[in-house]
Amino acid sequence: MTAPVDEALVRSLTPGVLAVLVRRGADFAAAEDAVQEALLEAVRTWPAGPPRDPKGWLVTVAWHRYLDAWRADASRRRREGLAEEEPLPGPVPDVDDTLWLYFLCAHPSLTPSSAVALTLRAVGGLTTRQIARAYLVPEATMAQRISRAKRTVSGVRLDRPGDVATVLRVLYLVFNEGYSGDVDLAAEAIRLTRRLAAVVDHPEVSGLLALMLLHHARRASRTAPDGSLVPLAEQDRSRWDTAAIAEGIGILRAALARDRLGEFQAQAAVAALHADAPTARETDWVQIVEWYDELARLTDNPVVRLNRAVAVGEADGPRAGLAALAAVDPALPRHTAVAAHLHERDGDLSTAARLYAEAARKAPSAAERDHLTRQAARLNTGRGR
Amino acid sequence: MAKYLLLKHYRGAPAAVNDVPMDRWTPKEISAHIAYMNDFAARLEETGEFVDGQALAPEGTFVRYDGEGRPPVTDGPFAETKDLIAGWMVIDVDSYDRALELAGELSAAPGAGGRPIHEWLELRPFLSAPPTVTE
Repeated sequence: MTAPVDEALVRSLTPGVLAVLVRRGADFAAAEDAVQEALLEAVRTWPAGPPRDPKGWLVTVAWHRYLDAWRADASRRRREGLAEEEPLPGPVPDVDDTLWLYFLCAHPSLTPSSAVALTLRAVGGLTTRQIARAYLVPEATMAQRISRAKRTVSGVRLDRPGDVATVLRVLYLVFNEGYSGDVDLAAEAIRLTRRLAAVVDHPEVSGLLALMLLHHARRASRTAPDGSLVPLAEQDRSRWDTAAIAEGIGILRAALARDRLGEFQAQAAVAALHADAPTARETDWVQIVEWYDELARLTDNPVVRLNRAVAVGEADGPRAGLAALAAVDPALPRHTAVAAHLHERDGDLSTAARLYAEAARKAPSAAERDHLTRQAARLNTGRGR
Repeated sequence: MAKYLLLKHYRGAPAAVNDVPMDRWTPKEISAHIAYMNDFAARLEETGEFVDGQALAPEGTFVRYDGEGRPPVTDGPFAETKDLIAGWMVIDVDSYDRALELAGELSAAPGAGGRPIHEWLELRPFLSAPPTVTE
């Protein structure tokens, strides 16, 4: 009898297994390779005979793989006259080292793309092939990226906790730049952030988790059946995931109550106000503008000022929005699209149509380009979608 | 099997028969066009002839080396007269005739008024690896 492998279980055990090997004295890069081999072995053999203690099984197999590699390496070193003691399998300490792994994989010495890949493999338990497919690069390229990342952090000693903000930036990237493949990167980012929230007590971790849940809740309504984008105001709100929204709002409330506001909490507050509105017309734009003001105080990110101009346009009318937009750098991506939208709301349809077409030429993605071209076409031909 | 590159141009190709800029089509016509393109790629995946395809932004820059220790020189944005690639698709097909047939189908994508665009596409064979048997 065979049962499919519980991949979620296997992957949730990954960081713990890796941490055991490292605690026993294995170096991170070799241990991580050994764990990856154990995961592949589990997928191969568990359907025929699932183990009673999955984590123990993974630790044993990964440790054997690690020793095999160590011995092969040691016999080479012996030939070169460098004798060494074989590592011993010490006791499995009952310590949660997950946090330590998060910090290592998001270490500031790594480039963002390397940190993302290493986090997905070492903490997320994804295979190199899955990560490569998700980011649309050849598997060999992704394998190189991961092994270089491991070399970069191999000398890092983690005797003190790192900066949680670096970990949050990596998780945000996974969530926000998810592409394709058989792995749902947005769901994966939520899983990893949830897990992080369980081991570290920090309101910004909660803020990011809330932000992800609130955006993820709207996902089904964000694209039409033909793949085209549906803007927030036109989304079918009955398709929003109310359970995820309730959870996100609950987490956000608890975080805000601690009075240590940060960027992710403020962004989540904006998302919560959208999620809370029964219809687009009932959106509390005045409060949204206030949250963008908070955000602008917390970061000097010009995208915040661009989004604020949109909110001002809704709260105080398109003229006020255009005035707010005038203070934003016009070279910013999506600036032209925002200008087009505000001119349309102001009734200047020919300017809006021209700007939509211009925004389509500058669009950073094919979906946005098609959406903006449709907006221009709608105004030019006087027909709806 | 032979690989071909299908190139779609923003400009530089001869004018299409049904040559109306996309922002002058109706939204429905745009949707029909996009659906046709997606179906085309999906069909080639099913027949095992699709390799890859990407769309390119119209903005770009020429770049060249400018000597030791100096930053690269850039020249751009592209001049209005420059040939401009909008996107590409790589296909792997049995014959040149099949490549022509597929390019023709792609060029028949619907445009303004729901009529085929008759757009000029550029078809370029890949230089292949040398064959094993040469005599």
